[in-house]
Amino acid sequence: MNLPRFADVVVIGAGAVGAACAYFAAQAGLRVAVVDRGPIAGGTSSACEGNILVSDKEAGPELSLAQYSQTLWRGELAEFGHLWEFESKGGLVVSAKPGTQENLTRLAARQRNVGIDVELVDAANLKDYEPHLANGMAGGAFYPQDAQVQPMLAAAHLLRLARGMGATVHTNTKVTSFVRQGDAVTGVVTSQGTIAAPAVVNAAGTWGAAIAELAGVDVPVLPRKGYVMVTEPLPELVRHKVYAAEYVDNVASSYAGLQTSPVVEGTRGGTILIGSSRERVGFEKSVNPLVLAEMANKAIALFPFLADVLALRSYSGFRPYCPDHLPVIGPDPRAPGLWHACGHEGAGIGLSVGTGALIAATLTGTAPAMDLSPFAPERFDSLRQEAHA
Amino acid sequence: MRFDVAIVGAGPAGLAAAVNAAESGLTVVLVDAGTQPGGQFWRHPDEAAAAAAGTTVGESDGHHDWKRFADLRARLYALEDKGAVEYWRNTQVWLIEPGTSATTLRLTPTVAHDSHAPEVVTARHIILCPGGYDRQLPIPGWDLPGVMAAGGVQALLKGNRTAAGTVAVVGGTGPFLLPVATGLATAGVKVAAICEANSPTGWLKNLRGAVQAPEKGPEGLEYAAALAKHRIPYRVRTAVTAIHGNDKVEAVTIAKLAADGSVLPGTGRRVPCDLVALGWGFTAQLELVLAAGAETAVDVDDSLIAVVDERLRSSVPGVSVAGEATGVGGAAMAVVEGELAALCVAAEAGQSSAGNATLGGRIAKLQRNRERLRAFAVAMHRANPVPARWHSWLTPETVVCRCEEVSYGSLCDAHTELGAQDARSLKSFARPGMGWCQGRVCGFATASIAADFAGCPTSADDLRSMAKRTLAAPVTLGQLAALTPAIPTPCNPDEGL
Repeated sequence: MNLPRFADVVVIGAGAVGAACAYFAAQAGLRVAVVDRGPIAGGTSSACEGNILVSDKEAGPELSLAQYSQTLWRGELAEFGHLWEFESKGGLVVSAKPGTQENLTRLAARQRNVGIDVELVDAANLKDYEPHLANGMAGGAFYPQDAQVQPMLAAAHLLRLARGMGATVHTNTKVTSFVRQGDAVTGVVTSQGTIAAPAVVNAAGTWGAAIAELAGVDVPVLPRKGYVMVTEPLPELVRHKVYAAEYVDNVASSYAGLQTSPVVEGTRGGTILIGSSRERVGFEKSVNPLVLAEMANKAIALFPFLADVLALRSYSGFRPYCPDHLPVIGPDPRAPGLWHACGHEGAGIGLSVGTGALIAATLTGTAPAMDLSPFAPERFDSLRQEAHA
Repeated sequence: MRFDVAIVGAGPAGLAAAVNAAESGLTVVLVDAGTQPGGQFWRHPDEAAAAAAGTTVGESDGHHDWKRFADLRARLYALEDKGAVEYWRNTQVWLIEPGTSATTLRLTPTVAHDSHAPEVVTARHIILCPGGYDRQLPIPGWDLPGVMAAGGVQALLKGNRTAAGTVAVVGGTGPFLLPVATGLATAGVKVAAICEANSPTGWLKNLRGAVQAPEKGPEGLEYAAALAKHRIPYRVRTAVTAIHGNDKVEAVTIAKLAADGSVLPGTGRRVPCDLVALGWGFTAQLELVLAAGAETAVDVDDSLIAVVDERLRSSVPGVSVAGEATGVGGAAMAVVEGELAALCVAAEAGQSSAGNATLGGRIAKLQRNRERLRAFAVAMHRANPVPARWHSWLTPETVVCRCEEVSYGSLCDAHTELGAQDARSLKSFARPGMGWCQGRVCGFATASIAADFAGCPTSADDLRSMAKRTLAAPVTLGQLAALTPAIPTPCNPDEGL
């Protein structure tokens, strides 16, 4: 499709977050053009598990955004749920040791205080949830709100719906620079031509820092690599998303070396997905078998039957990671006309729709549904200045 | 265990590589998924059973170039007896890790077999000889019992002396259809038709390539005589465009093709049969080439192949590739390439007992031979392309990916509704290639369909996205886990919340 010369808003990035921004902006009546240097959902959206989780988040701004997103996934977007295979499967967090269970209990209490549904599970009752779980676990917690979607379909259908409301989508269209008037961003120059627009949204995910740099602003998004393994298709042996309590720690940590924590879940197709790993190795794509081995090892410790199950493939991707683990959402005062919607780390699918709705609100000048200040793009500047001082 | 050279695959290329490397004084390990050497091309009845029965009579039935195999096999067994070659049967490589001074291969027994191989082997040089397999195009009814790959039909004939039906139609393109059809006829099967989608007049245009491989001439005459003897109709510019039956094949529709490969209206007719053998050229087996990170490209026949230099070195240091994986060219070329790759490794290692001058002469001669055979192969590919508009034979219900039951219609929807412009996006949105075979069967077809949607020729990126497999063979999580020390519990007790 030919590039339009004008748009009300250009969204850079056709992943889940960009698609959600385009959907809500188009719904708000804006003329939207989405550009991506690759295909639809070709980046991190195509290399993840499609998590919509509340269980792995401490009470705070990210959990609030997760809760807001839940109201959208389960509310106005519910009619499309079948298109992206929305499944409210529930999450079971498992503790191997009594000490871990005590910590999990305290986390659950804090989450419950802010409105999360969570049921503590005694060791004796764990197998009611997961009959094939290893023996000897200390306990767990069950989160009925944890859900999953097929992330590529979520992005593709949100874009399809946005097109139905007048948006245009341009793949293989790489942004090479911004059109500026003084500090202000007034459009994008791409490999396929220029689009003039009073607003541009940086939804480039893990590559968001490079887009920000084109506009001369600093948004410190870094890649945090992760693998997923996929098994042979099996009858349903794992009912929920099941993970060890240490996963919450690893999600929240900033450690640059390799961390793995077991995450095991069945899918509708019968395959079992096995995660997770975290390492900061830049955009290094090569496969490290020792990471896969450690993930396999830990998954087997959670579900012993997995030892004899065949792994058919693995994939890896790069989570967009910010130093404070919070996404960057909202207008950038350093470059008026530029909005950011990136840096969601491993939670981008779940948080995409909330992010899109918040961006659309700020684009149209309506009050956003929640306070955006914790996600402010310029929040890292003061940290840097302190560090330099 | 550490070797000078590890060779993966014991077909024509791998056998030639193994015996020549060992005879040049290199320490050699040969890893192969089969129980006996020969690969797909020289598949033959169980050697142990023949030895027990005290006769190898009939072992070479249906084979061409059997003497060449017998020679290579005898040399291999002699070298194995001497301890000059480690030959690990029933063994697959599931992971290749190129390193600075050596490459590591992780091994696993093939399903339902014992393997004496260790779990890991390293070698300074790797020669990948993975071969190829029949390329398939999905057509209506191709998932019915009684429809087989032409190579599968031949494997049953050569390996088990079993005819897969009583009345057969053989279809597709290329000279490989001829030995399949005559093999079936010799086994007593009535071959109702060979449907060759192209026309032998294509040969005239490519005569320059053809005359450079004169030994193929007599072979062609032999087939012509066999077709006449068995009264097998050879129909050109004709394809099997649909297969009919309830629980199994009952008939096919064959139709004349226009120059662009679409069906000429009114030419379709039904031919009763209970066996359909289909072959549209070959797909090179590229798992290990891609997993090693070696450069790949699209060949004349639209297959993805490894990019190699004149010494058959890939873009990854220490990893050479020989045989079909460098470009489909048949067994004779694969043998030349196997020998060439081995001698180049020997020359590089400076380890030839014959002396480097002699080695240089042999290498130069093999390189000339390879160029000649390659010119012939290119001519064959040009004469036997997959029909450009084969997609037009499909209906929305035609299953493209059988593992995940993905129909052509759902691929069309992924394109028109969801904006999939390439094979990778088709895979993301509609799941072709995501199942048991990981795109080994539907990969070419899906890439070709994606290219048709985009209005471009089949691209290397499309083929790669359907061919890349991190795990070259399925492996149990237990085997994977064994690469690191076992852990007693899933959670580290010190790492609370």
